[in-house]
This record gives sequence, structure tokens and C-alpha cells, in this order.
Amino acid sequence: MSPQSVASNRTRGLITGVALAVLAVVLVPSLPGIGAGLGLRTLTVAVIYSLAAASAGVLYGRLGLVSIMQVGLVAVGGWTTLRLHYATGLPFEVVLLLAALVTAVVGTVVSLPALRLSGLSLAITTLMIAGALEVIVRYTGFPNGGPGFVGRDATGSGSTMPRPSLGQDDQTYFRYVAVVVIVVLVLLWWLLASRPGRAWAAIRQGDAGAMASGINTTAYRVLALAVTSAVTGVAGALLAANSGVLDPVSFKAQQSVLLFATVLIAGAFSLAGAVIGGLFFYWVPQLLNTWGVDGNLVFVILGLGTVQAITTAPHGIAGQLENLSSALRSRTGRRVEES
Amino acid sequence: MAGLTLSNVTVRYGGVRSLDDVSMAFERGVCGLIGPNGAGKTTTFNVLSGFTVAATGSAELDGMDLLRVAPHRRARLGLRRSFQQEQVIRALSAYDNVRLVAEHTRSALTSVGRALDYVGLARAERLGSELTLLERRLVEIARCIVGQPRLVLLDEPAAGLDPTESERLLKLITGIPDEVGALVLLVDHDMDLVRAACGTVAVLDFGKLIAFGSTHEVLASAQVRRAYLGVEDDEESAC
Ligand SMILES: Nc1ncnc2c1ncn2[C@@H]1O[C@H](COP(=O)(O)OP(=O)(O)O)[C@@H](O)[C@H]1O
Ligand SMILES: [Mg+2]
Repeated sequence: MSPQSVASNRTRGLITGVALAVLAVVLVPSLPGIGAGLGLRTLTVAVIYSLAAASAGVLYGRLGLVSIMQVGLVAVGGWTTLRLHYATGLPFEVVLLLAALVTAVVGTVVSLPALRLSGLSLAITTLMIAGALEVIVRYTGFPNGGPGFVGRDATGSGSTMPRPSLGQDDQTYFRYVAVVVIVVLVLLWWLLASRPGRAWAAIRQGDAGAMASGINTTAYRVLALAVTSAVTGVAGALLAANSGVLDPVSFKAQQSVLLFATVLIAGAFSLAGAVIGGLFFYWVPQLLNTWGVDGNLVFVILGLGTVQAITTAPHGIAGQLENLSSALRSRTGRRVEES
Repeated sequence: MAGLTLSNVTVRYGGVRSLDDVSMAFERGVCGLIGPNGAGKTTTFNVLSGFTVAATGSAELDGMDLLRVAPHRRARLGLRRSFQQEQVIRALSAYDNVRLVAEHTRSALTSVGRALDYVGLARAERLGSELTLLERRLVEIARCIVGQPRLVLLDEPAAGLDPTESERLLKLITGIPDEVGALVLLVDHDMDLVRAACGTVAVLDFGKLIAFGSTHEVLASAQVRRAYLGVEDDEESAC
């Protein structure tokens, strides 16, 4: 018996993923077309949204929880970041951690009442919360250095938050974002591969079995909500720093629905799926727009993709890629053995 | 007192009494809990695990008041159980399935390897989804004996297995008291298995305890034969 071989398989997956990500970080800013200007800025936002996709993916893929408010929580993280920046002037990295903390608290507290009920009630509750957050940010706007608790100067003379000193221009900020995203995803990976991940897998299999194994199911559900909300809060912080201001238009409830659909298609069971999800969610629609295709086409694609994902490929695009790669590996492996 | 004691346990689902004032005590070894479908066997296990709340009554395990403890904490007190529908976690390896229980009962990780060795499961790095039914049943037994269990509840652990596989499982089950020193409560429909494994047996029918005692005597009693085996005994009809 060698439980180590499972671990080493998983570790190999992680190393491959990180290597690919690092390669992308190094290469992308020097690519023609998407390596600069609008293309790169779009890609930056897409990479940021992969954190929100990862949150929804972990909740759904690992715990079977349907949370449809991730984009709303991005707004919470972004709002908190801007507010704290103008209130304290602390370095961005500190503000980012605090925003993650605040988002963790908000995301957990609002989902708690639904947690004891069925999975569907969490879906409905979170969708309503996404709607409420949409209304709230439309009403308050995002802080721009103005007075009072909401910190908004409505006269239009507001300022913008500067980017972190380590990521001033578009190229370096893309790399900054990519590094933060990689670090957060590796932390998530580590969590999934250790005690909490195992407890979550047990909960997904069934509450009775999990409780009989000694797992405090409520505590671990709360932990999952806190962790995923914090991760989404980081996305909000990165987004706020990207442009220095945030627009309520970006945080409609329908965006949260769209993100969840994207996660279903891209694959909720792996973190690679999250990265694919982020790209699908933000990059593909913009790409379509620049090609002169109506970006709303993405709704049609996502609709069809969701049906396809639910009916034939529950592990999403990432799962299909994984199958493909293991098929290739076993084939090359066989060839090596034959020769 | 050592062992498990149920005192006047009643469980109601709406108007139905799934357990009706049941009192019984099991001391050691492998004990049987039998009865026709719907008799209240799984309900008994659910009360002990905390998934169902008893309207009245109490249960003591080695002198501890079990029913006052939160369900997930009972594992730490030494309660283990398997389910009629096995609950092996598909997304985790066989090893992690067992490790999980050790982790949440403050048991040494070394007991994980020992439990897997005891049931004889090879290649424990395989995922739950890759295991055969027999292997999943073996994982469930391993989960039940990891750490320091005091009471192991097995709810039809051999369901769906062929006779040879059941035989293998039977050997493992009868060895549990010696291996880990736990009391085993076994629910099964296979009377040969119950006869071979259990020294003591309790019989439930419509939520009532109708017989309790040595397996040999209980299975020979006419009331039990009528209720459970559906055998009519003319000379005992006045009972
Ligand atoms: N959750 C429940 N809700 C309502 N009735 C239940 C529930 N669980 C069990 N029962 C009823 O309690 C009785 C005993 O069931 P159970 O303990 O599962 O029987 P068995 O001896 O076959 O394991 C049955 O009549 C069953 O319908
Ligand atoms: Mg039953």
C-alpha cells in the first residue's frame, strides 16, 4: 500500500500547473496582439476572475454547494479595498489581506442562514444576495476618496487608487496579478489536499457518513465559505487596483449567474478548470467583441455549454483535458513498454 | 457498566413508533440485531449515531450517556458505524477514507495502516470510485476499526455480496472484538451469517423488542420464527 503514490501524482499535477502558469506569466506580455494594450488589460481582468471562478468551483465541486454570488463578493472585496485605501493609506498588500478578511466575514455571514437548509436554498439565497449587492453598490457607488462612510465624491472630482508599487505599468501589473493568483491557487490546492479537503469530500459524499466519521459538518461548511469568500475578496482587491476605480455596472447579479455557468462548463473539480473559467468568463466575450462578433453570443455558448457539461461532461473542460492527457500518457507509456 | 445499554428508547415518526420502549444490553463480542424490514434496526443505529432523536429513553456506552453527545463527537467517544448503503467517499483514496476517521477521532495515523492490513485491502491509493463493491465494504470495515472504537455498528455490511465474499467479511467481523476490543452490533438478513457470528441476538418487530438472548435459543423460539421467518407454528398459536 502506498498512499504516497497518490500524493506524488497530485504533486506532479500541481508542479505541471504552476510551471505552465509561470511560463504564461513570462511569455504573455511579450506576445504580439495580446501582450500589450487593451488585450493585456482584458487578460489581466480574466486572470483575476479565475479566483472568483475557483471559489465557486471549490464550493460546488468539492462540497456540492451552489453559491451564485461570487461576482457580488468581488464587489465587496473591491469596495473594501478602495475604502481601506482612502481611510488608511496602508500598502496595497496589507489592504488586500484585510479586504480578503472582510469579504470572508461578509460571504460567510450572509450564507449561514441557508446552510442548514437544502442545497437549493443556498442557491436561491446567494442569488438574492447577489441582487441585493448589485442594488447596494449602484446606490452607494465605489469609494473614490470622498467623505463619509461610503467615501464617494459624486461631483466627479474623485481620485483613483494607485497600483501597487511592484506593478505600476500594464505588463508588470499583469505579472503581479498572475503571481498573486498562482499563490492563492497553490494555497487552495494545499488546503484541498489536506485535512479540510478530505473533510469536504466526505461532506459532499453525504452528511451522515461525514458525521459518523467524526466530522463537524457545520464547522467545515463554514470554513469552506470563509475560505472561498476570502479568495473572491482577493479578486476584488486586484480588480480595484487594476484601474483604481470600480464601476457598479460590472457587478450585476446576472454576472454571478454567468460565472457559475462558466464554472460548470470549465470544470468545477479542478483548479485548472478555474483558470479556464476565468478566461471564458471575461476574456472570450471581449475577444468576440474585438472580432466584431456580438459579445452576447457568449450567453448562447454558455447556455449550450452548460447543458453539455451537465449531461455529458460533469467534470467540465478541465476534466476532458485531463482524460485526454492521461489517455495520451497511457498510450505513450504502452509504446515505451512495447519497444 | 461496560458495553451498550439502551433503556426505554422510543422513536416516533409522526404517528408511527419506529422504536417502542426498547430496552436491551449488550456486553461484548459480536451481537446481532435482527427483525423484518421496517422493524426499527436502522432506526436503532440512527439513534445511537445521533441522526435521529429519541422521544424518550437513554443509551449508555461504557457508562457514558451517549445520546447527550453531539453526533460528530460520538466518533471520538469510540462509536463507529457502517451504512446499509455504503458511504465510501468516491473522491478520496481508500487510504484517505480511513485516515479521515483517524483524523477526526484524534487517533494515531499508524492505526490507518493497521486497519487496512486487517481487512486485507491491497493498493489503498486507489480512489473510492475505482473500488469494487467488496473492496468498498472492506474500506467500511477498516473505517469502523481505526482508532480505538468501543462500539461498531454494522448495518447489513454484506448486502450485495456473493456467498464467498460474505464468508470473507464474516471472518473479518467476528475478529473485530479480538482485534480492537470493541463491541460489535450486527444487523443482517442472512440468518446463517448471524448464527455464525453472533453469540447474543435481539429481535425487533414493528419497533418492539420481541426476543433477546443467546442466538441459538432466540432463533429457535416460535414467536421469532413467526414474526421474522414467516413460519407458522400451530402448537404455539396461543402465544
Ligand atoms: N426518516 C424517517 N421518516 C419517517 N419514517 C421513518 C424514517 N426512518 C424510518 N422510518 C420508519 O421507521 C420504521 C423502521 O425503519 P428502519 O429502522 O429503517 O427499519 P429496518 O429495521 O428495516 O432497518 C419503518 O416503518 C420506517 O418506515
Ligand atoms: Mg435498515
